Amino acid sequence: MDLFEYQGKQYFARYGIPVSPGGEADTVDEAVAVAEGLEYPVVVKAQVRVGGRGKAGGIKLAENVDEVREHASNILGMDIKGHTVHRLWIERSSDIAKEYYVSFTLDRPNKVYIGMMSKEGGVDIEEVAETNPDAIVKLSINPLDGLDEATALKWVNDAGIDEPAQAQAASLIAKLYTCYVEGDCDLAEINPLIWTTDGIVRALDAKVTLDSNASYRHPEWEVWESTDTEDPREAMAKEKGLNYIGLSGTVGIIANGAGLAMSTLDVVNQVGGSAANFLDIGGGANADVMAAALEVVNSDPEVRAIFVNIFGGITKVDDVANGVLEALQRVEITSPIVLRLDGTNAEEGRAILKDHLNDSLVAEPTMLDAARKAVELANANTKGR
Amino acid sequence: MSIFVDENTKVVVQGLTGGQGRFHGVRNRDYGTKVVAGTSPNKAGTDVEGIPVYANVAEAVAATGATASFVVVPPAGATAAILEAAEAGIEFIVCITEGIPAHDEARCYNTLKRDFPNTRLLGPNCPGIISPGKCNIGITSGDIALPGGPVGIVSRSGTLTYQALHELSQQGVGQTTCVGIGGDPVPGTNFIDCLEAFEADPETKAVMMIGEIGGSEEERAADYIAKHMTKPVVSYVAGVTAPPGRKMGHAGAIISGSQGTAQAKMEALAAAGVQVALNPTEAGELMVAIVKNL
Repeated sequence: MDLFEYQGKQYFARYGIPVSPGGEADTVDEAVAVAEGLEYPVVVKAQVRVGGRGKAGGIKLAENVDEVREHASNILGMDIKGHTVHRLWIERSSDIAKEYYVSFTLDRPNKVYIGMMSKEGGVDIEEVAETNPDAIVKLSINPLDGLDEATALKWVNDAGIDEPAQAQAASLIAKLYTCYVEGDCDLAEINPLIWTTDGIVRALDAKVTLDSNASYRHPEWEVWESTDTEDPREAMAKEKGLNYIGLSGTVGIIANGAGLAMSTLDVVNQVGGSAANFLDIGGGANADVMAAALEVVNSDPEVRAIFVNIFGGITKVDDVANGVLEALQRVEITSPIVLRLDGTNAEEGRAILKDHLNDSLVAEPTMLDAARKAVELANANTKGR
Repeated sequence: MSIFVDENTKVVVQGLTGGQGRFHGVRNRDYGTKVVAGTSPNKAGTDVEGIPVYANVAEAVAATGATASFVVVPPAGATAAILEAAEAGIEFIVCITEGIPAHDEARCYNTLKRDFPNTRLLGPNCPGIISPGKCNIGITSGDIALPGGPVGIVSRSGTLTYQALHELSQQGVGQTTCVGIGGDPVPGTNFIDCLEAFEADPETKAVMMIGEIGGSEEERAADYIAKHMTKPVVSYVAGVTAPPGRKMGHAGAIISGSQGTAQAKMEALAAAGVQVALNPTEAGELMVAIVKNL
């Protein structure tokens, strides 16, 4: 789960990482109320999970209440790279002397953690990484050793952080590491980490990705779940516990396993169709899960055919077959369904379905055949056109 | 021959008394795997369809001589179960558990590396390993595999592993061993470990490698293949048309560069001399052609 800036800052604050005082606002009036509780000047910041907000006009300085009103009304509803701004974060403005960069994430090839720091933080850090990679100083951290403040201090020095800012930066970075590990982040990134003209080091932005596998031990994440998806199809899928990503094609996809689901998209594409979604029903899918999946895919008005591609491992094909039949009783499925079922208990599954097959519930023996059939049915289905 | 397991491998199932543990443990046993024990802290002394249950792995090893472990334990307890097996002297551990937090995986992997360097972990979040006709540890349906070789399979994706087995078996091409390494951020065993073992295995004549988008393991494998593999390799990488993942901030971009896309992986593999297929069926066809000409 990717957090918005304001959520990331709230998370940072839990771990003692200094951030600017501020508050969130969904309306112009709320923005004014937050700003009036701070000292001017304040910064009005669009809350979208995409980079380049500043360049798009989504971050504005306000010297007084009128400017807050003006900027808030301009930014709310603004479209930034396809993301609509529904929420603002208003915070006390900072007088910046220097902008740094720091992050922690997993070094997948080496199976340890990697910290990255640069004295050249700010909007163009990716460009710095390309044109001047030496300006990014990496620190490899074994998860069993952790990061102590002495190592953090040496690291900030190696990275060339200004001497008077080093002690504060090291302390903040040690806290960021704790947040990364104990807070179960996939990514904890501060860009920029600022040193103010009055000598304070703090996080001016927050980019946090939480590991959803760890949500069972983080009840504090629950408040952020509701803001996680904007696509109504994705919100519905999430509510039902399904791993769904909305796309813009006409063939609805239901598969088990992320690899098979991706491969299903590939094959549908190769035979001339387009997928309406990615949906991995995971391992152990039962009748309820299949019913929920069909319901979500069917709710997409663009869907003209549904391709159910199951290779049973943990998932048992007879359970899937029962799930399909149960779903057909619960919800009116408005598109034809093409089934391709193999693996654990495949024979039993096919036997269950045998007497129910018709023009709108078709079984095909292979993945390619099923993809071709689904695309053919999608193209022939003129529903709602 | 086979890699990592064979007909003498003796398996203890951690979590045998749970729903999934029972289903797959018994199914593995019925396939012919020597499933000699199960563990359950509260059900020691009982049995699951004739498989004796012990309180912990150490007791199971002492009583049965188990050499491998199959971990079917929920995410919160899975890494502790893996380390328990390693402490009991188990040197091959298969963990199918899905949903383990990445930080737990990272700590577990590094603990194994430091304290139990001879223990190999396969997974987590993988379908397991099958050496057709000899040993099946995990959730793969045994009847889709065909004994006798000559193909070794290694795959990052669970269901695509089955698909790969199925494509070959349908064409009458058998497998020496099929290893599902899983797609989690910190896999215990990676492509290169398996490629190395297949290269060394005299019965394996060709290798099928199934990758997917994300990370850089396929690129690293391509590098290894170019430098060290003499046996032909066929590959398929899932996700050519996958939606771009939610970007992991600058850090992800900095680490992976242009790596991580299916296209980049396919190009790296092709440059290493690998025959790259566009879908699992084509991968099967390419492999069938190779086997015919062996």
